[in-house]
Amino acid sequence: MTTPRLLWSDVSAGDELPPLSVNMTATLVVLGAMASRDWRPMHHDHAFAVHRQGLKDIFLNTPNQAAWFERYLTDWTGPHGRLGRMTFRMRASVFPGDTMVIHGTVREVETDASACGWAALDLTMRVGDDVKTACAARLALPTTPDDNPWTRRGERWSP
Amino acid sequence: MSGTAGLPPSVVAMLGVRQYEETAEFPVERGYIWNTCAAVQNDNPLYWDDAVAAEITGGPIAPPTTLSLWMRPHYWSPGHEGERLALRLHFDMKAVFDLPEAIIGDNTLVFHEPVRPGDVISHAQVLRSVSDVKTLHLGTGRWWNIDVEYWNQRGETVGVESYAGFGYRKPGQ
Repeated sequence: MTTPRLLWSDVSAGDELPPLSVNMTATLVVLGAMASRDWRPMHHDHAFAVHRQGLKDIFLNTPNQAAWFERYLTDWTGPHGRLGRMTFRMRASVFPGDTMVIHGTVREVETDASACGWAALDLTMRVGDDVKTACAARLALPTTPDDNPWTRRGERWSP
Repeated sequence: MSGTAGLPPSVVAMLGVRQYEETAEFPVERGYIWNTCAAVQNDNPLYWDDAVAAEITGGPIAPPTTLSLWMRPHYWSPGHEGERLALRLHFDMKAVFDLPEAIIGDNTLVFHEPVRPGDVISHAQVLRSVSDVKTLHLGTGRWWNIDVEYWNQRGETVGVESYAGFGYRKPGQ
């Protein structure tokens, strides 16, 4: 079966990824929390979020934000793209009713000592002009049509 | 983050020590993989098409960012009373410093061996550092860094997660 694949050689520092826009709903917030087994009430209980925490509503939980970033990255790379590392910082919350937009820019590309091809990216999760979460990601890409980062193990995988 | 000056001896004794080593209550299963993909509308064929997964990853895998979910306890199970806490060191720090509120600030995930359906994941938590008292717009409290190491039933590291938590007391609280 042929699947789309982004090659490392097709990527350059400064490349911008297409933005992903999502109309956030309470259902998506709750589904994301339950899918990640995060039972804390601020991610599903409106009254708790408003009256106990002083927020305007329930909000996206951390693992679900990671899943949104992962989906965004592999939309771009196809299934051969392999995540190595993500660091993200939450600055503010994403609530139901928000239009969440994820942007990404390639910061640098490199190959490591085992010839694995890497792209480092800076991502943002925004609502309007506000950056709600910033993420730095390191992602392995095939260096040739026959390369597959998923086959790397041990010393050949240095995320 | 600071050194250990000003920290209670009980906290100093916890720094760098593996704690709460646990094995998951259930094996990795595809229902959660599909729910995770559904929640973010992820159509990556690795998670939906077994032929693609066989070709690229040698069989089905879980999305890497599901790392922590396999160790999250059931909300309730027989013999356990009350809410069960996932990142227990985080809650330990809240209790030690009597800080009623907390947030997670930075979160780093590093992915190693893929997690596959049927795997049984284990983890351990390590307190790396605790800051001096800080005042943010949220309130006054402390930052702490916690690493969580994950491995599979063969002892292979599948990931490491690092959290920066801030426990605090709101103004007037």
